[in-house]
Amino acid sequence: MMLESNDGVKFKAMLQGFWGLTSRELKKWMKEPLILFMAIIQPIIWMTLFGKSMNIGAILSTSTLNEINIPDIRIPGNLLNPQIDGVVTIPSFVLSENLRSIFPTISLKAMESTFGVSDYFSYLAVGMISMLTIFTSTFSSMSIVWDRRLGFLYKVLSTPVPRSAIVLSKVFNAALRSIFQSTIILGLAAILGIRFSSTFSLLNILAIYLAIFLFSMGISSLFLAFALRSTRHETQMAVVNLFNLPLMFTSNAFFPTRMMPEWLQGIASINPVSYITDALRQLTIYQTNYATLLIDFTYLTVFAILLTTVGIILSWKYLTK
Amino acid sequence: MNQDVIVVENLTKIFNGSLVAVDHVSFNVKRGEIFGLLGPNGAGKTTTINMLTTVLKPTEGRAFIMGYDVVKHASIVRRSIGVVPQEYTADEDLTGYENIILCGDLYGIPRDTSKKRAMELLELMELTRFKDKKVETYSGGMRRRLELACGLINRPKVLFLDEPTLGLDVQTRSAIWNYIKKLKEEYDMTILMTTHYMEEADNLCDKIAIIDHGKIVITGTPQELKNSIGSDIMEIIILEEDDVTNLINRIEYVKEVKKRSDRSYIVRLENGEIVAPLIIDNLSKKGYHVVKLSISKPTLDEVFLTYTGRAMRDSEEARETIMSQRITLRRARR
Repeated sequence: MMLESNDGVKFKAMLQGFWGLTSRELKKWMKEPLILFMAIIQPIIWMTLFGKSMNIGAILSTSTLNEINIPDIRIPGNLLNPQIDGVVTIPSFVLSENLRSIFPTISLKAMESTFGVSDYFSYLAVGMISMLTIFTSTFSSMSIVWDRRLGFLYKVLSTPVPRSAIVLSKVFNAALRSIFQSTIILGLAAILGIRFSSTFSLLNILAIYLAIFLFSMGISSLFLAFALRSTRHETQMAVVNLFNLPLMFTSNAFFPTRMMPEWLQGIASINPVSYITDALRQLTIYQTNYATLLIDFTYLTVFAILLTTVGIILSWKYLTK
Repeated sequence: MNQDVIVVENLTKIFNGSLVAVDHVSFNVKRGEIFGLLGPNGAGKTTTINMLTTVLKPTEGRAFIMGYDVVKHASIVRRSIGVVPQEYTADEDLTGYENIILCGDLYGIPRDTSKKRAMELLELMELTRFKDKKVETYSGGMRRRLELACGLINRPKVLFLDEPTLGLDVQTRSAIWNYIKKLKEEYDMTILMTTHYMEEADNLCDKIAIIDHGKIVITGTPQELKNSIGSDIMEIIILEEDDVTNLINRIEYVKEVKKRSDRSYIVRLENGEIVAPLIIDNLSKKGYHVVKLSISKPTLDEVFLTYTGRAMRDSEEARETIMSQRITLRRARR
């Protein structure tokens, strides 16, 4: 009887199943004030503690010079002027004064050439968005393990809802949560003094959301694929913990990849975290380089589509044993 | 049309290559029947249900629901069945009402229809008062009723009930069964259920298959099963002290009479309650007075004992033990 039902009706039914599952996840999230509170408080803690404590800019401050013993400089006079005989001595205080006056410029340039911006806080604040997106997306895979354990998944599997909708609802939920959290981080960063570039506009926020959405889709699909058959949350927890920190440290989230050893640069250049972080920086604190931004978005789109497809195909195969 | 709604042919499930949970099981269920799979814990009842509800893939054999193969046409099968699993599967963080609506969404039922049905089902299950309470505050009986409501949201033609009264007290159990009977009448469903409560199977099922160690031992109506192992046992006590053994023995249907004591006789016979008046008549015609007459029926327990060589009760344990077993079983199954 159902064979005759037309594709439109079928598609609508599928969408409804997907939406039902997604709104379940969102409801669970919203209903648990503690989780919501943690989701808000976590970025605040990271931003204020981590962001402000890693004050790399201070390393190259003028006070560094006070501890350096600058000697007098002696130059053969004829180097300056053939008519001068003997040695010319430039006293150390002249040098010191000069250095002192140009040092701020040096340190600014050093920061800029390293981080692309002159203050590390701005650099890190954006990396923090990537970090929290990784955490939210990887941990979202835990919920499918719980669903299996608590029997909920069993019921869902006996209904006609497409298997892919089960995975997609969790992916979607992770992406929406990441977007929610990143909004808080951005707002907070603005309060704590992030320096947006002149190319930043409110419209960029939409692009930021898109980037986060794509990245979160890919990462959560990847980890959900690991969790499809898992019945033990301990195992999944171990998988998540094994990967989320390395994902961060092999990227430009906290430090530019240019300074890393070559082999690490190789890893960083394929790590999606590098692309989301760069895209976010291009859209906020950097003067937007559209060519780079295009590469970032292309990579993120391919990453998202590829892994979501893998997740869906695996869900057809492996959700039912 | 009296077609077979469920057809199971040599259904087999082997876990991890060696653990045979269901071993070449075959049976048919007719439209409108309540069919019971009866067996101790771990006999393969749930695994059978899981294959029929498309949650597990059979290792071997085939099964058809309303003519559709459970593997090849899984999505059509899923549309026409309702499942009430053994575990409480409702989302504890959501309210009862939200859970039912979610089930409706999973079946792709338009929201206005599912809202209307949800209210009806909540009313039927006497849960209307609690519909906006989180499920975590529900009692066991309420949860079971909610599971039933969820399983019925798509007006299924075939309903699968896996141990619908497991771990519930006697009153709740009989209440649940009243609902199920009511539902069956209302929606004209075919029901396949599993249970390890003998009395439940006896009272409710039109047909029973006894399953043990993954194999079906015998199938039939409860009466057929009980008849298959023999006859009723009647005890008669008369007032007089004369020996009436021969008198009783001459009565039709009586298989065997034994004098137990001075005035007490043990009679083995078929259909004891029909023959009893005949015996009393015959005795009183000769001037004897029957003081006491009692008939004991063979129970499904005895049927089970006869066919599996062990008592069902042996495999039944305290509620706590069953619960902890279920967790272990669930781990093994998944």
